[in-house]
Amino acid sequence: MAIGDPALDQKQGSLDTHTRVANDFSINVATVNGSGSQSANSVLLKSIFEMGVPVSGKNLFPSNISGQPTWFLIRASKDGYVARKRNSEILIALNPASSQADVAALNAGSVAIYEENLKLDQTRNDLIFYPVPFDKITASVCPDVKKRKLVKNMVYVGVAAQLLSIDIDKVEKALRWQFAKKQKVFDLNFEAVKAGFAYAQEHLTKHDPFVIEPMNENAGKIIIDGNEACAMGAVFAGVTVVAWYPITPSTSTIETTTDLLKQLRLTPEGKATFAVVQAEDELAAIGIVLGAGWAGARSMTATSGPGMSLMAEFCGLGYYAEVPGVIINVQRVGPSTGLPTRTQQADLLSAAFLSHGDTKHPILLPTTMKECFELTQQAFDLAERLQTPVFVLTDTDIGMNDWSSDSFDYPAKPLDRGKVLTAEDLERQGGFARYRDVDGDGIGWRTLPGTLHPKASYFTRGSGHNDVARYSETPEDYESNMDRLARKFETARTLVPAPVIVKNGASKIGFIAYGSTDCALRESLDQIKERYGKDVDYLRIRAYPFSSEIHDFVASHERIYVAEQNRDGQMASLLKLDLAADQVGKLRSILHYGGLPVDAESITELFAAKEGF
Amino acid sequence: MATAIPSPKVNHIGLPILEYRGNKSTLCAGCGHQSISERLTEAMFEMGVEPERVIKISGIGCSSKSPAYFLNRSHAFNGVHGRMPAAATGAAVANKNLTVLGLSGDGDSISIGTGQFVHTMRRNLPMIYIIEDNGVYGLTKGQFSATADLGAKLKSGAVNDLPPIDPCALAIQLGASFVGRSFSGDKKQLLAILEAAIAHKGTVLLDVISPCVTFNDHEGSTKSYKFMQANDDPLNDISFVPSFDEISVDYDAGQVCDVKMHDGSSLRLRKLHPDYDPTNKIEAVRTLMESQAKQEVLTGVFYVNPAQPTFIDLLNMVDEPLATLPQSVTRPSKSAFDALMANLK
Repeated sequence: MAIGDPALDQKQGSLDTHTRVANDFSINVATVNGSGSQSANSVLLKSIFEMGVPVSGKNLFPSNISGQPTWFLIRASKDGYVARKRNSEILIALNPASSQADVAALNAGSVAIYEENLKLDQTRNDLIFYPVPFDKITASVCPDVKKRKLVKNMVYVGVAAQLLSIDIDKVEKALRWQFAKKQKVFDLNFEAVKAGFAYAQEHLTKHDPFVIEPMNENAGKIIIDGNEACAMGAVFAGVTVVAWYPITPSTSTIETTTDLLKQLRLTPEGKATFAVVQAEDELAAIGIVLGAGWAGARSMTATSGPGMSLMAEFCGLGYYAEVPGVIINVQRVGPSTGLPTRTQQADLLSAAFLSHGDTKHPILLPTTMKECFELTQQAFDLAERLQTPVFVLTDTDIGMNDWSSDSFDYPAKPLDRGKVLTAEDLERQGGFARYRDVDGDGIGWRTLPGTLHPKASYFTRGSGHNDVARYSETPEDYESNMDRLARKFETARTLVPAPVIVKNGASKIGFIAYGSTDCALRESLDQIKERYGKDVDYLRIRAYPFSSEIHDFVASHERIYVAEQNRDGQMASLLKLDLAADQVGKLRSILHYGGLPVDAESITELFAAKEGF
Repeated sequence: MATAIPSPKVNHIGLPILEYRGNKSTLCAGCGHQSISERLTEAMFEMGVEPERVIKISGIGCSSKSPAYFLNRSHAFNGVHGRMPAAATGAAVANKNLTVLGLSGDGDSISIGTGQFVHTMRRNLPMIYIIEDNGVYGLTKGQFSATADLGAKLKSGAVNDLPPIDPCALAIQLGASFVGRSFSGDKKQLLAILEAAIAHKGTVLLDVISPCVTFNDHEGSTKSYKFMQANDDPLNDISFVPSFDEISVDYDAGQVCDVKMHDGSSLRLRKLHPDYDPTNKIEAVRTLMESQAKQEVLTGVFYVNPAQPTFIDLLNMVDEPLATLPQSVTRPSKSAFDALMANLK
């Protein structure tokens, strides 16, 4: 069993097989990666979405191109919970290699839909089994032997749809969505869906309680993944220079950005208002971003942990020489190569202090798809306003999984290009001092190369400099410059997005979480209320440096639980550096770091144990 | 009695050479790098380049400090060790109307920065990339660099036993469209090559042997003034005729190779090696390897192709620099946004 196998993470219990369970269960589709199951998974998810039922998907895949086990979890939740559910009630077992273990991990009363010849029904007698001759059905609709491996996946969509009472026309709609402009592909796949549906209708007798009932929870909603939402954010923030080096799980951020730029940002003459450079490595990618940011472009890169490590030296230059740039880090599991396709929130501290010396960087921490879109835009404004690299940290769960989301809003605010002097400004004021704090916010005024004025130029350097950008090693100049940079970071505190606070009365206990931990935490709060009768408050951090509301929240509670997905409690550590000494002892960590998206049960259990419930 | 002060000589855009100068140098007296800064000052002045349209990008090392000592009216970016090419690429892409001057050294480009050097040559990014090549690390007091010749001696007596990397041969093979070598002590040749470099639209890779008077100018060094004076083997005698000057022919036509630059100027190479063709890559690399085997330092313009598409050409960008495009151009419309949203439902 591979690490990350959901089967390992399950506990035995017994399901009541008689009470009808509508819109509240999880499906685990176990396949072999590289078999093309991704489209089928997506179609099943979208079919449930089309039924109006809140639904989420988690792709738990190996770092491998093909041949290894992969699981896709689809959770339908009438209550709108979108975190990974620890136990799946329905297994679709298509991978012979993992099927025995996958079945062994199910709770009693669960459902297993499986390839008939795997004979899984002989392994347990407390499950509901639906054997299906997938290969035979596939062969009947797909004469082309080469395509059968792909088409076979759609057969299970049909079987599942019939068993779960999903309307076939909703599946058809989902299928059209998936294969928008490929009529032939659509036709073949829909035949497979219908064949599976018909087989289930004729040969399987429903004797499990799980059904999808129509709801109306998805009106106006979209389905998108975080990488795509960040890409949209960048494009609508007017990004002009993109430099990158491919790395899982961030790659699709730049691929989508590139697609959108080609689609939306060519002039009628076919000229590009952007440049995308695939660099030779992350050292070059960040160098290009900062070179472009220095020259006045809105520039960005996207990467993941190992790439961010390579960007360290340049990010220190960005901080000290005050050059804007946006770095999206879709976090994966570290240290080192770690688990490249799994999720974690363990790059927080290294992003905050990336590079040597007294370096620190603003970080934005989106949770929802809408925030991926909006905070990526804001990152560009902040980078130019603060003249510094700004990080957007997401993770594999946010970035690569499909999420249902409210529609985004077209940006209402104009771009903030920050403090830039023109030739006319220079003429009027007779010059400028690049690093002088003329406004008291720690931010100097800059000029862009190419500004046609004899006093426009300045010397950008990573070595010591004074307020007129001349080389200096004097302690006075050095300290004055570093103190101004600290003042600028205080300004950042007032500009970054404020936390989201959920007050549940006069609780003495508060939770703090951020990013993808949020979805499990909100479910956990309901479990805590339901099981222990406890109302607890919750603050979701959306940025570093921490704004005053975060300090106030800690001050107004007796105990604070910081839930996050890393081993060392990185957010708790970062908070401790910022909080007053008498507040530090209030923090306790709830940690989940195995690489699978955190589930609510885990948080609830750890919390209950610490509280002594 | 008042004396009339003669007005200083101005170039064709009306600027005196003073407007092209920089701060007082803090490099060692006699450093080859200082001569390169002076030739760059003269070349920019002679060519009438607006200083505000030039950017000076550098890495780390003695060479990379030099942008402070010329062209004060140009923006400068002194970044991190070995990463000048990346910063230059970003800036060049952000504002394609700038003249990009990259200043680097043999350590900066050919050891720590080899990866970026290689990929920049490959892109044919429009820039003048100068390696101020002294074969040693000056700021850390004289360790060998990767351009140090086999058998070269340090002051301490240590002998270099690894073969040198030749940045010129590498650049030609990788795709740079203008490749040459010069010597900081050869004012005429260096100035002519720099003027042609300014007129060239792709990557100019110029390896300038620039003796380090403090750590590598002794007996046994192959990057010393003395060694260069004895072993410099000019491949061609170079003159440059800018587009705004009239061409006056005073060469034997059979011995001259005229290269038309894209701005209408011409690079005139009088052949000192018979039958050398600077548009033939294979011949260029062969000639470089042969001269290295003979322990001669070949200088001149080895390869030039003014027509080769640049990285900026490939990006097919709008005329206005990306850096200054207004929001009306860079933020797609509400209707485009609505269409995207509709596709996600």
